[in-house]
Amino acid sequence: MKYIHSIKRIFISGTLFIALWQIICWTTDFNPSLLPGPVRVWYALIQMFGEGNILNDIQDSMYRFAIGYLLAALSAIILGLTLGWFKEIFAYINPIVQLLRPISPIAWMPFIVLLFGIGDVPAIVIIFISAFFPILLSTISAVGNVDKMYLKVADNFDIKQPYVLTKIIFPATFPQIANGLHIALGSSWIFLVAGEMVGSQTGLGYLIIDARNNLRTDILLATIIIIGVIGLFLDTLISQFEKQIYTRWGYEREGKK
Amino acid sequence: MYIDIQGLTKKFKRGEQTLMVLDNISLTINQGEFICLLGPSGCGKTTLLNILAGFENASEGSVLIDGEVVSTPTSRYVTIFQNYGLLPWRNVRHNVELGLEGKKISKSKRKEIAEKYICLVGLDKFANSNPAQLSGGMQQRVAIARALAVSPDIIFMDEPFGALDAMTRMKMQDEILEIKRSQNKTIIFVTHDIDEAVYLADRIIVFSPNPGRIKEIIQVQLKFPRDRNGYDFIRIRDKVFSLFDIH
Repeated sequence: MKYIHSIKRIFISGTLFIALWQIICWTTDFNPSLLPGPVRVWYALIQMFGEGNILNDIQDSMYRFAIGYLLAALSAIILGLTLGWFKEIFAYINPIVQLLRPISPIAWMPFIVLLFGIGDVPAIVIIFISAFFPILLSTISAVGNVDKMYLKVADNFDIKQPYVLTKIIFPATFPQIANGLHIALGSSWIFLVAGEMVGSQTGLGYLIIDARNNLRTDILLATIIIIGVIGLFLDTLISQFEKQIYTRWGYEREGKK
Repeated sequence: MYIDIQGLTKKFKRGEQTLMVLDNISLTINQGEFICLLGPSGCGKTTLLNILAGFENASEGSVLIDGEVVSTPTSRYVTIFQNYGLLPWRNVRHNVELGLEGKKISKSKRKEIAEKYICLVGLDKFANSNPAQLSGGMQQRVAIARALAVSPDIIFMDEPFGALDAMTRMKMQDEILEIKRSQNKTIIFVTHDIDEAVYLADRIIVFSPNPGRIKEIIQVQLKFPRDRNGYDFIRIRDKVFSLFDIH
């Protein structure tokens, strides 16, 4: 029942959006090649999937995204667990982290291209940077938030290092790490496009630039829609993962009754 | 004399002030005794338990268990907490196996021991459930099974039934008495519930607060199972009530 309701809502909001878009196209006198209507974009989508090139671009983007994101997750979790445990070391590293964190990953782009050239690497590095900090910081704070009770239990049952870290701390921090992974997924998907706009010759971000250069606004909008749909799909996947962790750990999902 | 506490004092520093939590506690406990530490909040009974279990150090005085000075926690003396202390990411059986993992015990033997104690607390059907799926009483049973699995000599219990509803609590009281009888453990049990103390204890150590001192030690020489409405039970209960100026 709930499922049917949410499908209904998605259908209605989608229809309303397309209708509004069509109305804007009809009521304004923008040139259709500057502001394409839903029908033109639909044909562009059919053309893109029909020729099949878009699938290669999606594949390239997903490849870069997967590499950058997984590398960031792995290194940020390991580093976060270590720094969260050795607070004295983190006290020295924290100022640097706080300095680097607010810098948009795009600002590093010139260096990245100069050092690594054009290709897969710039996008991977951008994704890595944008995913790294949210995961690192949420892991560090998760270690600080571990219920002292668990440490008492570990102590009581003669559990020694490194098992305190692997058997107690890491699993205890998992829900909060999962939350960091979720946030990082969203922001790194956003930066994938930016990374590919500058440093690549393929991929969804490159397609945006390419469509602009050819003044194919219909392809431009179609690509934007594809980026949104894939982002939504990834977000849904990780939300499910997060939800499962929360249920298993006995947490109530935040913001839901 | 199995547990020997001599002149135990505990002070906490709060900024400039020094807070005296336990003042000159001396007490001896015999093997196999069921001791209740009873008193209002802030009387230091939990602090005393933490010192006995090795989680905290005394400021002055000494604690000997079985002739050895207590300095760090060990699985020979297991503590059971009010909020169970279960690891939510492990199912019931793996929670019970936790204390066995550090010992040189084969995997199959570990499983066997865990299952034995899970059966003992009546949770055989829930061995593969996660703690979040269990009621509070069942979770505390898991914690008890986990404690028993490492065959400790002493079980420390810090208001273990404080978060349970009244009916579950009474049932758990019967179960812990049965476990104590069949497993022959020494149990030190912190509570602020006078009825609970009279129902369970061989001796009740009554504390007074600020600073925590032993006010009186009451021998409860009633046979088990005790009748919660029996004359002798109520007489002892009234005696404890009057110690706290409640009538």
